[in-house]
Amino acid sequence: MHDLTVIDPVTRIEGHAKITIAMDDAGQVAETRFHVTEFRGFEEFCKGRPVWEMPSLTARTCGICPVSHLLASAKAGDAVMGVNIPPTAVKLRRVANLGQIIQSHALSFFHLSAPDLLLGMDADPRIRNVFGLMAQDPDLARKGIRLRSFGQSVIEAIAGRKVHAPGIVPGGIAQPMTAETRDDIRERLDEAHGTATEALGLFKKLLDEFDREVNAFGYFPSLHMGLANPQGTWEHYDGTLTLVDHDGSTVVRGVEPADYRTILGEAGRWDSYLKSPYFKPRVEEDGKPEDGLYRVGPLARLNVCDTMGVPLADAELAEYRERAGGVANSSFYYHYARLIEIIAATERMAMHLDDADILDEKVRSQGGNNFKHAVGCSEAPRGTLFHEYTVDDHGILEDVNMIIATGQNNLAMNATVHQIATEWIDGPDIPEGVLNRLEAGIRAFDPCLSCSTHAIGQMPLVVDLVGPDGETIARRKRD
Amino acid sequence: MPERRTAVPVTFDGEDFEAYDDESVLQAARRNGIAIPALCYLEGLSVWGGCRVCVVEVAEDHRLRPACATPVKADMEIKVHTPRLDSYRKSILELLFAEGNHVCAVCVSNGRCELQDTAVEVGMDHVRYDQQAPARKVDASHAKYVFDHNRCILCTRCVRVCDEIEGAHVWDIAERGAGSEIIAEMDVPWGDAKSCTWCGKCVAACPTGSLFYHGKAVGEMEHSADIIRVLASARGKGEWLSPEVSL
Repeated sequence: MHDLTVIDPVTRIEGHAKITIAMDDAGQVAETRFHVTEFRGFEEFCKGRPVWEMPSLTARTCGICPVSHLLASAKAGDAVMGVNIPPTAVKLRRVANLGQIIQSHALSFFHLSAPDLLLGMDADPRIRNVFGLMAQDPDLARKGIRLRSFGQSVIEAIAGRKVHAPGIVPGGIAQPMTAETRDDIRERLDEAHGTATEALGLFKKLLDEFDREVNAFGYFPSLHMGLANPQGTWEHYDGTLTLVDHDGSTVVRGVEPADYRTILGEAGRWDSYLKSPYFKPRVEEDGKPEDGLYRVGPLARLNVCDTMGVPLADAELAEYRERAGGVANSSFYYHYARLIEIIAATERMAMHLDDADILDEKVRSQGGNNFKHAVGCSEAPRGTLFHEYTVDDHGILEDVNMIIATGQNNLAMNATVHQIATEWIDGPDIPEGVLNRLEAGIRAFDPCLSCSTHAIGQMPLVVDLVGPDGETIARRKRD
Repeated sequence: MPERRTAVPVTFDGEDFEAYDDESVLQAARRNGIAIPALCYLEGLSVWGGCRVCVVEVAEDHRLRPACATPVKADMEIKVHTPRLDSYRKSILELLFAEGNHVCAVCVSNGRCELQDTAVEVGMDHVRYDQQAPARKVDASHAKYVFDHNRCILCTRCVRVCDEIEGAHVWDIAERGAGSEIIAEMDVPWGDAKSCTWCGKCVAACPTGSLFYHGKAVGEMEHSADIIRVLASARGKGEWLSPEVSL
């Protein structure tokens, strides 16, 4: 190896990362790495805090998807208490999560990825951003910003604040919804739905122009994991863990989120703060985590469900599957899946808001500290999110494990970077447009890296001493 | 019995006011509508003078004195706001924030906290001192209440209200200096303190998010120090059970 190309930082993502590409003597790609270079540490400093505080504390993990952490944490709190929360509280939590999916997906599509898609991967980097998009298509940019604003307003209406809202608590929701709030959201839903439909139409027109990207942006067989309910309908709040393979065959169905450790393992890498969860049954003892690579998020959710459960999104799902040839295995389709999920979210939100009991004032269950171990799980915009807590007799945290959606896509993002690098790089001269494609490959996953790096003192380290003939002479290992 | 108090003239920041000779400077100021921030002082409890947030200057010697523990004297010229006093108050608040683990954003008392309000009042917008980040415990052993020592500013309101109003004397201060902490009985978990009557007066009196009810999430804890004021002093003021006094 004689040359190393570094993209640092990777731009238009949430968090800090870099990509390194090592070239061999022939000037071809030898090795690639996606490194997450920031550290957060929530798993450590949350120890010793009361479980009641955890939703608001862990919501600080992320300014983009705090609702996901609020939900997973509050659900873990529900389980510590051992209570069922009131049906209206479930609906309000669902509406808040739908609002979150809308705003986060709108951010990913319009603000972060649309510049690549609409202005071109090879466009001048000085205009290849949201401001360039505003200059070229101000109407679309404005609609995208308003769509995100709508999602944020839904969160504020239910949980009290757009970011880091205090209103989602163990036991339910802090305040019931008012008729005025319900009517306000209901009035704005049509516009949100219209914007999502327009963006989806635009994306479908563009899709043919990105044929090479579709086939090289993380286009490989893998497992896909997400929550699905017993009827096989798209889920974002409850349900059980479902995994399908690249050919659509069901690998796992009906695993309770609380039992996630029976199917998921976690590996650390020396060159990244992001841990790499993997599907345990596919990795042999001392085997590579890559053997258990799976993807989560919009792409996976649409792959594991049979239907979206709402008519307009179902029609789009049918076309999506036709274009993808069944299960979508290209990470470029994350964008497509994201837009279908926005449509589904608006339809589902309308259903919940039209429920007669959505204004019911009973929105919180009370309970003590009845169980010492609990797992809370929800579908974040970027994929399945787990919060696992162990508490003492009085509800004080003794252990915290968080498996963040972005971490679960770590192996897939590494594979995607490698695939893009080998597809586009030929020799030491790497055009800017190719570097942007490497970043865009990561952007397709919409990673939230600041969400994802929490374990401390758990970074396994393996040092191999390799002799001149390539044989491993000695190995030092830190678990 | 007719009130036998002697009114004396004083000035606050150069303006003439009338005070009583049995009042503290803080009491006289508040009765005259002059705001002096204070944290450890709570009407109805004995004076502690520990937080020093209520410092004022008196013209005769320009010494800094705690307004809560300084008796009024005739013709006292009291300075409440000078650049020096405002600066010291801000510094005291910064020291309090640096000494404990105060993270307002995730505190049960966020938005309803005397410490937070006082910091805003004195214009504390950042902390210049190194955060001490002490390793302190959260005592959640009581079935009804939680004591988060991370948020304790050692104002001793809980100690005094339990001793002077409830008569249980569950709380005390252990250790010295920076190691000082509030303990229950002979340093047992609160849930094991047999002298605790579960009355909740300590929780009501707490000016921060240190004492709160089990199950309260962020921003949900509302302390009610006014209850203590009424319990302690309403009878003497003829306010007892008066319809005008609401808890």
